[in-house]
Amino acid sequence: MTTLKVLAIDDEPGMRRGVVKTLKRFSVELRELDITVGFEVAEAENGSEALEALEANAFDIVLLDYKLPDINGLEILNKIKEKKYDLLTIMMTAYASLEVAVSATKNGAFDFLAKPFSPDELRAVTRKAASALMLLRHARKLDEEKKQIRFQFLSVLAHELKAPLNAIQGYLDIMDDRIAGDDIEKYDKMIKRSLIRINGMRKLIFDLLDLTRIESGKKKRDIREIDILDAAHSAIESVAPLAKERNITVNLNAEPPVQFQGDIGEFEIVFNNLVSNAVKYNKEGGKVDIDITKTDDDTVEIKVADTGIGMNEEQLSKLFREFVRFKNEKTRGVEGSGLGLSILQRIAKLYNGDVKVESEEDAGTTFTFTAKSAETQADNKEQST
Amino acid sequence: MRDEKIRYDGKRALLVDDDIDFLEQHKFGLESIGFDVITAESQADAEKLIDTERYDIAVLDLMMENEDSGFVLAYKSKKNNPDTPVIIATSVTNETGMKFDAVTEESRDWVKADIMLDKNLRFEQLERAINTLLPK
Repeated sequence: MTTLKVLAIDDEPGMRRGVVKTLKRFSVELRELDITVGFEVAEAENGSEALEALEANAFDIVLLDYKLPDINGLEILNKIKEKKYDLLTIMMTAYASLEVAVSATKNGAFDFLAKPFSPDELRAVTRKAASALMLLRHARKLDEEKKQIRFQFLSVLAHELKAPLNAIQGYLDIMDDRIAGDDIEKYDKMIKRSLIRINGMRKLIFDLLDLTRIESGKKKRDIREIDILDAAHSAIESVAPLAKERNITVNLNAEPPVQFQGDIGEFEIVFNNLVSNAVKYNKEGGKVDIDITKTDDDTVEIKVADTGIGMNEEQLSKLFREFVRFKNEKTRGVEGSGLGLSILQRIAKLYNGDVKVESEEDAGTTFTFTAKSAETQADNKEQST
Repeated sequence: MRDEKIRYDGKRALLVDDDIDFLEQHKFGLESIGFDVITAESQADAEKLIDTERYDIAVLDLMMENEDSGFVLAYKSKKNNPDTPVIIATSVTNETGMKFDAVTEESRDWVKADIMLDKNLRFEQLERAINTLLPK
């Protein structure tokens, strides 16, 4: 249970006692946040005592009498605003007039209680304040987390772009200084490495564009009847040279055609990522099996299994984080942006599907991508609204 | 200008980094001033070389499979060959904001490196560091 601290500011002891008694055993259940809130009440009998208490402790809700012996309630309200205390104020006054209400609201009061009030009235207004306060704080926290994630993404991205730039600059510096003399052939390996790093950067930038387009919803989707196998074939074709070089067989198991309502471009991205990963992280002479099945009329399941280096538990737990790439003896020389799986997850979400992974170290990895036909999703939506 | 360079023919350098481009570039540079260069791409491989190979200077990356790989290697190298100079090249300050150096006696006591260099260093910087550490 979360306990909110309430400060009851009133010069009438009876009134303060009433507040303490009413709120002591009162609690509010906030279903949206799945929490229960209880209250703890402190008292102040005049304005200066109240200001001291506010300065010394963090309160959440203030019950403030408008008419205090030393300082006017509105002045206290002003102080609260000035000091930017993170709390809500409920004004209590026997002189409830429209004028007081307007000026208090202008000064940041959350609500009113007209004296005399019943315990139920006090509970109702307290419930309202507690709920507003907790929702506000929750929203603020989410916003902060979002900012943190974006910041982290950008700083990792900057690092990922800086690394190849540094490498290329290093090579160019050596060539600029003609450290190996004037014969260009002496620099062959450096030129090749520079080109590899440039390609890696290009891939990173393209993946980043895919990711942001999908995420922002700006990418225009071209949904129509497609044959998923077309996307599979084109991915197999583009990975063929690398597969051949490493003596890896790529098998496609499916009953043609596999008809589906979707965007062929999105499925090309899916297959390109899954199949190229299965080849890149495979072993010399290994195997890649692509199984495409319709599990029902509008759901397709794409399974890509390799006989590669696999992953251990720790690696699996980090796999879907952005820019995560495992660096070890076995992944040496494997290029990639570290964004592929994030992109797949975004695409799966567009089709109400998901991406699952199973892996055994040194034995292989199987990715399962499921998607629901875009048309049936639209139908469902229409039916449900 | 190149003719005035100090040559290290017949001397061996141990170069350790998990970034193959860094390795490639500095191996090239070291060879251009006469070094015979042995390389390792991981802390594990480097440990084997430290135990079995003879070398006159070590140039180590700090963060490899472990965040303190370079410190561990420097410690082992100094234990085996106390007189062989060790240079640690690192981007740790860039990546973590932590700053290590080997300037004071106190820091050199636990950072077993003679010189710490910030990446990205141009080969000339590494060369200058070597010139101050190796006897002419």
